[in-house]
Amino acid sequence: MKSSYRLALLFLLPSFAFVGLFTLFPIFESFRLSFYRMILTLPWLGQKFVGWENYTDLWTDPVAMQALTTTLIFVAVTIPLELLFGLGMALVMNEVFRGRGLLRAVVLIPWAIPTVVSSQMWRFIFNDRYGLFNFVLFGDDTARYFAPMADPQLALIAIMVAEVWKTTPFPALIILAGLQTIPDELYEAAGIDGATAWQKFRHVTLPLISPALLLALLFRTIDALRVFDLVFVMTQGGPADATNVLQFYGYKKTFAEGMVGYGSAIAVGVFVLSLTVALIYLRVLRASQLRGATQ
Amino acid sequence: MKRWLALLLFSFGIGLYCLLPFLWFVLTSLKSPAELTAIPPKLIPAFQWGFYLSALEKHGLLRYVGNSAIVAGLATFVSIVIGSLAAYAMARFQLAWTRFYLLLLLAISMFPQIAIAGPVWTILNRLDSLNTYHGLVAAYIALTLPLAIWILTTFFREVPREIEEAALIDGCSRLQALRKVVLPIAAPGILTAALLVFIYCWNEFFFALIIMTDPQVQTLPVGIALFPGEYTMPWGEIAAASTLATLPLIALTLIFQRGIVRGLAAGAVKG
Amino acid sequence: MGKHFGANEILKDISFEVGDGEFCILLGPSGCGKSTILRLIAGLEEPTRGAVRLGGERIDHLPPRDRDIAFVFQTYALYPHMSVFDNLAFALRMRGASRDEIETKVRDAARLLEIETLLERRPQALSGGQRQRVALGRAIVRQPKVFLFDEPLSNLDAALRATMRVELARLHRRLGATIVYVTHDQAEALTLGEKIVVLHQGIIQQIDSAAEIYHRPVNTRVARFVGSPQMNMLDGTVDETGSLFRCGHLQLNLSAFLGRPLVQFAGESLTLGIRAEDLEPVSPDQGWLRGEVEIIEDLGSDRFVHIQCNHFELIARAGREFALERRQTVGLNAAPGRMHFFQNERRIEP
Repeated sequence: MKSSYRLALLFLLPSFAFVGLFTLFPIFESFRLSFYRMILTLPWLGQKFVGWENYTDLWTDPVAMQALTTTLIFVAVTIPLELLFGLGMALVMNEVFRGRGLLRAVVLIPWAIPTVVSSQMWRFIFNDRYGLFNFVLFGDDTARYFAPMADPQLALIAIMVAEVWKTTPFPALIILAGLQTIPDELYEAAGIDGATAWQKFRHVTLPLISPALLLALLFRTIDALRVFDLVFVMTQGGPADATNVLQFYGYKKTFAEGMVGYGSAIAVGVFVLSLTVALIYLRVLRASQLRGATQ
Repeated sequence: MKRWLALLLFSFGIGLYCLLPFLWFVLTSLKSPAELTAIPPKLIPAFQWGFYLSALEKHGLLRYVGNSAIVAGLATFVSIVIGSLAAYAMARFQLAWTRFYLLLLLAISMFPQIAIAGPVWTILNRLDSLNTYHGLVAAYIALTLPLAIWILTTFFREVPREIEEAALIDGCSRLQALRKVVLPIAAPGILTAALLVFIYCWNEFFFALIIMTDPQVQTLPVGIALFPGEYTMPWGEIAAASTLATLPLIALTLIFQRGIVRGLAAGAVKG
Repeated sequence: MGKHFGANEILKDISFEVGDGEFCILLGPSGCGKSTILRLIAGLEEPTRGAVRLGGERIDHLPPRDRDIAFVFQTYALYPHMSVFDNLAFALRMRGASRDEIETKVRDAARLLEIETLLERRPQALSGGQRQRVALGRAIVRQPKVFLFDEPLSNLDAALRATMRVELARLHRRLGATIVYVTHDQAEALTLGEKIVVLHQGIIQQIDSAAEIYHRPVNTRVARFVGSPQMNMLDGTVDETGSLFRCGHLQLNLSAFLGRPLVQFAGESLTLGIRAEDLEPVSPDQGWLRGEVEIIEDLGSDRFVHIQCNHFELIARAGREFALERRQTVGLNAAPGRMHFFQNERRIEP
């Protein structure tokens, strides 16, 4: 129908405008700028086309490479933990018992807390003198209190702890939604077939929630790749760049140092990394939809 | 009996895990200055409001709250209106390119902020809109539209086509049918989407940080992240501000818990 | 009043008329395009070519709301956020009717359908049958020029369906309304329809009264689709004399049933059709052909017997007094003059 086609276009137009101006155009602009040398603090240099120079610089920049490694370690450690905790929470929340509603509400609380707030909170928990962390470890033995955020490795671990705490509710809810689609009859049938509790979990639950697990995995991966708030608030990338993740590095280069061209190259790098994961996600999603359609 | 005990223990553990860290931060905000700097830390405070007063008076907490409310409120309103129109079109006219657009939006929602932050800053600078409400609101609309459209599309798809057609036959124009029949039926879904968008805007930090450099217009997350201290970190005030920034969200979350869970599932699982 | 169309590939050169006050049924298997025709009349879809006329005027360019038609959906499509009263009143309100007028018309319709006590309820709180009545009521209050029904009874259980069928017929008589009614249920079509349009794959097969459709189907498709159990069909050839029908190993003598032999079709392939009620089991030494009883379907009022005769399965209707047993050999007698002949799927008259 022609008239409804025009109406659809009209309804979609405002969203095109915003999405086009503030997300699509900028992404192309970032690509373009990554081939230029442009430094805001040195405006007289202007915009100079430098080809792949920013990228070759990036490749040989030890800080950037370290940021890439740190980001990947961050993702590799936090995501499995989140999924594991999330799965555990979801399994408990899926049981029928009084107070289940309350539990589901409580689980949402870390999700609802602004990341900046939870970052400050964890920063204070890991405080060298007043923090809960030292108190729990050493109690009244104040002589042994120390500053975990001053240690490169412990600082990274602290950020990971904060991340896992804040984001576990998300996979928990996604997995819970998956669990709720499994009909009770399947468990009853498995029971009649002589399956133990573990066998039921292994052969009924796990295969049927695998799409949900996969979605949680990919959503969380993409989100963890762009970790920023935690690092900005808790460590500013320190100590000694130990927690300097890609997105924070890009922010620092572009907005603190004004190196727009180089910052754009970092931005494109992060983008390509996320896009790869996103494409895998869409691939998997389409495959699972196809499976859903044929079933 | 064994199952009951195990469930109780697990639930208790999960509750503790989710609540304890934040609870401790809330208790911190209610300490007196002397209690705050006690080593080892005291767990139970004297329940004093000193840090709240200090945060409100000396650090302009109310201004941050106001800025956040204005920006998040406006952005949510516009994003939901525009998102509803788009989602309605997507749900009703399932054409090849609307499906492509939906996938594009999904991809956009996965962009790392830094990949678009520079040019967004430049655009707003050209439009003289840095450090303005409408500048940040415009960015937030664009950032939340993918989320809003995805959730709303799943909700609009659940409104049976026949009901809308019945309205057309009963004498409605397409817009009237949308307003009088489709929107009221989809209202719970719209509320859920609005809530999720609002929470996103209220919590957003990256763009608020680069667009709002003037403390007069900064939002709560920026205020809390950049809380200025003279010699030491003003932890009491930070805790107080954090508590104030979070309590409305927790209240909203608890009230609309079911809807939120459904909305998240709609955005992710079906997405 | 008349309607004509010719629409896209789903529908090919569809053209038919519905007289004023007529109950017209569109009958066909699912996917034959009958619902599309209804949606074209309603304006929910646009024809690629052709026209829809109402009372002599073209209405195909008008939006649905200006066509003065009412539509009862298969799913009822009641507005879930409105009470029953508001559901009935909605169309009147949209047309700016006065408060009093709305009140009167809604009450009248509610009384007619015996749903007066439900007016304050929401659709969710109604049973299937009650929802069906509300959907009817929503159409009736409008007093439209045409009522369109899209399989309105298919979501009801069997008993309720039978009741509603009778009530619809009564309602039609009382209101004198013009109705176009889509169904795939041939029993519904035969009981309700004054005019039946049989559709198959977007093509009109036959437009006739119920009796004509049943007793003189124009082709094998109509013959198979209308009537339950399905008409028995035998493919075969007529011999040179025109009185013997050869069908596999079966040789059927037609001369007893036809006034004259089928000389004009001598040597040609034909399809012979005969309904179960025109085929009667008799003792094996009598009858026109013989076979073995395979299954007996006892419906209480009737018994349908599936009989195996030389690799052909035929269904016959047995009287209650005739003793039948499985694996028993029986003869079959055919009612004279009740045989249908088709050539290349089309009906031919012997």
